[in-house]
Amino acid sequence: MERHFDEQLQELKSHLMKMSALAEVMIADAVKTVVERDAHAVSPVYEREELVNRMEIEIDESCLTLIALHQPAAGDLRFIMGAVRTNAELERLADEAINIVQKAEHLLKAPPLMPFEVIPEMSVLARGMVHDSLRSFVNRDVALAREVLLRDDRQDDLNAKVAGELTAFMTQDSATVPQALDLLLIARYLERISDHATNIAEITIFVEEGLDVRHHADQKRLVARPFRCSTHLEE
Amino acid sequence: MRSDTVISVRDLDLYYGEFHALKRVPMDVRARHITALIGPSGCGKSTLLRTLNRMNDLIPGVRVSGSILFEGQDIYALGTDVCALRKRVGMVFQRPNPFPLSIYDNVAFGLRVAGMTNRRRVEEIVERSLTAAWLWDQLKDKLEDSALSLPLDQQQRLCVARLLAVEPEVILMDEPCSALDPIATARIEELMLDLKAKYTIVIVTHNMQQAARISDYSGYMLLGEMIEFGETAGIFTTPKDKRTQDYISGRYG
Repeated sequence: MERHFDEQLQELKSHLMKMSALAEVMIADAVKTVVERDAHAVSPVYEREELVNRMEIEIDESCLTLIALHQPAAGDLRFIMGAVRTNAELERLADEAINIVQKAEHLLKAPPLMPFEVIPEMSVLARGMVHDSLRSFVNRDVALAREVLLRDDRQDDLNAKVAGELTAFMTQDSATVPQALDLLLIARYLERISDHATNIAEITIFVEEGLDVRHHADQKRLVARPFRCSTHLEE
Repeated sequence: MRSDTVISVRDLDLYYGEFHALKRVPMDVRARHITALIGPSGCGKSTLLRTLNRMNDLIPGVRVSGSILFEGQDIYALGTDVCALRKRVGMVFQRPNPFPLSIYDNVAFGLRVAGMTNRRRVEEIVERSLTAAWLWDQLKDKLEDSALSLPLDQQQRLCVARLLAVEPEVILMDEPCSALDPIATARIEELMLDLKAKYTIVIVTHNMQQAARISDYSGYMLLGEMIEFGETAGIFTTPKDKRTQDYISGRYG
């Protein structure tokens, strides 16, 4: 029997997918401003952020209503809890795109510091992680979620590589410091976006398997008990 | 008042002898929506439901004042045809109450009472009503079996089909699931959600979760008063009255 409740869950999923698609375009446009020095890409990023903010409120409201009206249990309850958290992660990673575009606007005022290789790669990687983490969440695809988690190491390496290159610039010529700092932060923001995607992938694993893998809690056998505030270290 | 308000209750007072059971109750019922009445036992919710098709008339010593407009007509006005009213505003009760007749005859009963003799027409309506109550596929080959042989939730849905046969506009339900297990309850709830596309439903339920799951509007009653009435999502997430808050969060009493 197809329940009306299931239809509402489906609607919630499609809202989250839409929010994720907006955030992905925001990241692409923000990085385009940096790499291609294209000022036209700036204002759509801000416009989409308004939509994302509105969706965040609507999704939170609909989760609250679903819990209040349907008293979901087990997998349904974990899914709605997961949707609330995923919603917050999406909003925050969209904010990172705003941070990037703000730095990009600043960078447009100065000549380019260096050809970009690593930052575009970080952007592609970050967007792919966001897209796939959301896909894993709505399709309940744990294998995909675990694969997204593995990609985060590559992002950390790329971030370190950018930092190394920029440090070299700054050491050689202190006049490059303002631009180098902006680029350093942009790399950092992209790395943060990947962290948010990682969080969403961890949420997927929690929703599907009831297993909390945040902070490697499963490996440390740090197991959160349901309906208790404290965590317990198992023997 | 909205243009799709089908029943409008204003300043309704009802006394059972000396007992003041409903106190200046207001309520608007929207067409093709589900309105739920909740509240503790004895709060007046069933009494209010039963005023909507004048079932309380059958109890001696009842006095009613105020007004109930059904599509603009005061149903307590002198000269109201109560039988015609009850055909348009039908009721499903707490315990399934099929007649001790065959499944077919139960659904055809109201049509025959109304004087319909065209057999083909009666057959058509029986099939349509059983289909609408999600019974046709299961029961079409045993229409001559006794209605009393059916499991309780099918009996309850048969009572719904019997009602649908006479084409009511409003369906009143007085705790229609309280005799049913959770699976059977879920089936009746899904049926109600399906029926609201064509019918207006008012339900009294002891089960707050049921009101939350299925209704569009909820009214919380206490000691004969309508404490709070509004959209169900609002009542269950941000009730305005502390008494409503206490009841729906299980702190009442």
